[in-house]
Amino acid sequence: MFEKYIIVEKETKNIFTDGKPTGFQVGARVPYYRGLGISMIEDIKLSVDGNTVSPDKILVELHGNKYTLAAMQTEADDRWEFGEVGILKVQQPGGLAPGNHKITLAFTLRISYMPVIAVREDSKVLSV
Amino acid sequence: MREKSSIKRGVSLYSFQEEYFLRKMSLEDCIAKAASFGAKGIEIIGEQMVPGFPKLTDAFLEQWFGWMKKYDAVPVCHDMFLDFKKFKGKILSKEEQLQSIIRDLQFANKLGCKVIRVIVSTSPELMELAAPYAEKYDVKMGIEVHSPWHIDNAWMKKHYETMEKTKSPYLGFIPDMGTYTKRLPRVLIENLLRKGADEKIATYVTEAYEKGVLSEYIVGEVRSMTSKPIDLMVAEQTRFYSYTNPRQLLPYMDRIFHIHAKFYEMLEDETEYSIPYEEVIEVLKLGGYNGYLSSEYEGNRHIQDVYEVDSVEQVRRQQAMFKKLLGE
Repeated sequence: MFEKYIIVEKETKNIFTDGKPTGFQVGARVPYYRGLGISMIEDIKLSVDGNTVSPDKILVELHGNKYTLAAMQTEADDRWEFGEVGILKVQQPGGLAPGNHKITLAFTLRISYMPVIAVREDSKVLSV
Repeated sequence: MREKSSIKRGVSLYSFQEEYFLRKMSLEDCIAKAASFGAKGIEIIGEQMVPGFPKLTDAFLEQWFGWMKKYDAVPVCHDMFLDFKKFKGKILSKEEQLQSIIRDLQFANKLGCKVIRVIVSTSPELMELAAPYAEKYDVKMGIEVHSPWHIDNAWMKKHYETMEKTKSPYLGFIPDMGTYTKRLPRVLIENLLRKGADEKIATYVTEAYEKGVLSEYIVGEVRSMTSKPIDLMVAEQTRFYSYTNPRQLLPYMDRIFHIHAKFYEMLEDETEYSIPYEEVIEVLKLGGYNGYLSSEYEGNRHIQDVYEVDSVEQVRRQQAMFKKLLGE
């Protein structure tokens, strides 16, 4: 459900500080049919060219708020709205090398009425 | 002489989730489209199309009621969820769950909705605890009768016993017409074929389902043919869909507050591929149902991988079918 819309191409790019690439970001939407309290996003797995990005390196920006994946687990009020594009930021000196990269992003969602945890994944080859 | 049916038409804005998600349609667009088909009853999932849920600002409410006036529509139902697994490894207490329900009753009340759809997994015990609050906010609570549950199974029987025991006019049912899925949705099977399912197995499963073969037999048979996960997934689908006789609704008519007119694929001839609406509506008329038939399109998830979804056309076709079947 909504898998192919998870990675938002135009928000996926290198991050520059003082003209130098200091990391990269990936635009992301939650693959579900309603907004979700962010504590129910049990996990976000990001990989670039097959290499998993360490979870503690990911910072999630949502309508001006910033969360580590760990902090998302205990957030009681804030929500990732339906269709909202959040930004995953990864600090990485040099950013991603120019050219094509295979980005894979998976969301693990804990939806109370569903008998099993939902894992939904998107993979796109994008040029940065 | 039977009373003339006064079934009303509505749309759950859930139907337009694809376009809203992609920001091709705004909330106002969704309301306008529904109303343009003569479906004046508006159903909304607050958590889907009201950013900032459960907060409702005065500015939003002014807009909301302004749209209702502008498009000659009426708020009918808000669909609630109960996130009892909100935090990992913990289940919300009964009191916390009750507070979550009260939050949704208040939300519905502010939006002018007289009904909330209660998610099927909610227990009869919680319904009983919430009933006085439903009365306080004047919002009826309808437990969603969603396949593979149906109105006569054990879970719903317990709910019915609670309705009878409390005698609360605020507790009832919202049957989802997906319970009357006579044929597996074609869009679902085609999606699984695109993912690599075996055509022969898919044919066997769809034919067996149509014959009413018990899901356990279908799954067992497919297991003896293959161990490929995608093929087993085709067989497993038969656990989530169901077809029961719509006449089963008749004894419960006075407890039915609202109806989810689920659909997966409206064909060009304005019939639904899977659900025999002519049978369903005949029963609703017979039972004197006078609430809303609320369009609930759920085909987008099966086709969005390769097709551009046109939820508006799908809803238009279903509403055209309703007009014919209701003699409008």
